[in-house]
Amino acid sequence: MESNWTSPWLFLVYSVVKPIFGTLILVFMYLIILGGVQDQTLFSFMFIGNAFYMFVAQTMFGVAYVVQEDRERFKTLKQVYIAPISYFMYIVGRAISKLAITALAVVITLIFGVAFLNVGVDLGATDWLLFGVGLFVGLLCVVVIGVALAGITFLTARHSSGINEGIAGLFYLFCGVVYPMTVLPSWGQTIGMAIPFTYWLEMMRRALAPGTDFSAISGLGGYSNLEITALLLATTVVFLIISVAIFRYADHLARKKGKLDMNSTY
Amino acid sequence: MSDAIEVKSVTRVFGGNGKGPAKALDDVSLSVKEGELFGLLGPNGAGKTTLIKILATLLLPSSGQVKVLGYDVEKEVDKIRPRINMVSGGDVGGYGLLTVRENLWMFSQFYGIPTKEANERIDHLLKLFALDDKSNAKVRTISTGQKQKMNVIRGFVTEPDVIYLDEPTLGLDVNASFAIRTYLRKWVKEQKGKTMLLTTHYMVEADELCDRVAIIDKGKILACDTPINLKRMLRRSSTFDVETTIFPEIESMGRLAGVEGFQVKQLGDKVVTRYVVEQESVIADVISAIQSKGGKLTSLSKTEPTLEDVFIHLVGRGLE
Repeated sequence: MESNWTSPWLFLVYSVVKPIFGTLILVFMYLIILGGVQDQTLFSFMFIGNAFYMFVAQTMFGVAYVVQEDRERFKTLKQVYIAPISYFMYIVGRAISKLAITALAVVITLIFGVAFLNVGVDLGATDWLLFGVGLFVGLLCVVVIGVALAGITFLTARHSSGINEGIAGLFYLFCGVVYPMTVLPSWGQTIGMAIPFTYWLEMMRRALAPGTDFSAISGLGGYSNLEITALLLATTVVFLIISVAIFRYADHLARKKGKLDMNSTY
Repeated sequence: MSDAIEVKSVTRVFGGNGKGPAKALDDVSLSVKEGELFGLLGPNGAGKTTLIKILATLLLPSSGQVKVLGYDVEKEVDKIRPRINMVSGGDVGGYGLLTVRENLWMFSQFYGIPTKEANERIDHLLKLFALDDKSNAKVRTISTGQKQKMNVIRGFVTEPDVIYLDEPTLGLDVNASFAIRTYLRKWVKEQKGKTMLLTTHYMVEADELCDRVAIIDKGKILACDTPINLKRMLRRSSTFDVETTIFPEIESMGRLAGVEGFQVKQLGDKVVTRYVVEQESVIADVISAIQSKGGKLTSLSKTEPTLEDVFIHLVGRGLE
């Protein structure tokens, strides 16, 4: 359901061209504001961070949207919900296919960056272990936060898109996606340090561009790869526990309040 | 035979959208035996769908206890869900990008049915509902009636022990309704021990299909028995269809002494009124009252009681 493979042009526009052009807009803003690529390290920091943030923006939002879509567009939520399959696992399954589609856009964006914008990704020197562990844990985190938002979507109708975009926006703001976290006030940096995506993006940058030293700008230069991995794991476990609790509570509340098949936006 | 469904003193209250709490179910108790085709009959807003949602584990009761196949709907959903299914009329849902077969197969997988077995069941049911020529059509391209048939198949493809059918023929044309009713009758006959709870506001459907029927209105069960026994409730009463010209204050006729039930249908410049009266002699008073109000009697006939008459008798008004 996640993509219309039978209409390849539509699939290409929505799943690949749109996110790539989103990145290009950011690149042009960067070039205009700074008058060109003055600092290749900062440019690579921004480009890699933004490429991987696509997973957060597209997948996390998309996972939560599954509930909205099933309830109000396909009108299948009731039938899926009463089936013996765990609805939690159903959403995770839908999320995995969204991840696969987003991965395509991320890969194309990175290839474009390396080929035309001199982004410092070096596959020959890539730390594949760091990349693999970081990618797995980071994507797990994307999915579980998406599931929590899906739970909240059980209870909301008109406002679910706003909530989902707002949460994704907070991560964009505090996690050092396109600018170093060090430009934030200290309380903002503290928030950023509590969110797994901060460590995840740092790991992706370190793994893919080992030849570029991000330590001076990222604010995480004092941490070794092992420490960053541990911080990612620890914050992910906390987010996982919170997300599962939110989903379970929202699920119970939706049954209690009769919200599972409300219809409002279509 | 044990109870497939037990509902004890169930009340369900909704927020009421600023108009104060609304009681959708008010101290409802009923039981449905295994292998029974049980009908829940009532007008829109009577509480039928609310009760089905509770039984299907979609909604929690505000108070009371509900058990399906011996398991509590609040605490033991994991034991209930593999053995139930639900089909809602009017909700012609489905994943439009997928074909009819893909939709059905996907739902069968949610119940863990092996693919080979699922495909055999899907083929059989598609043929039975004359939908086999649409099996590879995308759901977005098929008609409302065909989508509803697909949803009925989705409900039965998992071979549930208890199935809830919430107005399964709502809004369908005669042919599609007939095909679904025929299948329901056949399913109950052939599948021994399987239970079906059917909600409908089509009296004929309930009369024709159900072993027992509960009449529900404003969240309360007013009567529960076999269609024959329910109609016997009117043994002492008589039912008349009175056709007249239109006359003023027609609603006041329902308040005449001896009139137990009253339903008016306007047909062009005529009015056909169904009266359920205590004794046949009351109809003479009714006719006198019509004439005194300027109405002109054009026909009068005595009818055999139907479930609709039972409803009129119990509620004091018709379903429409």
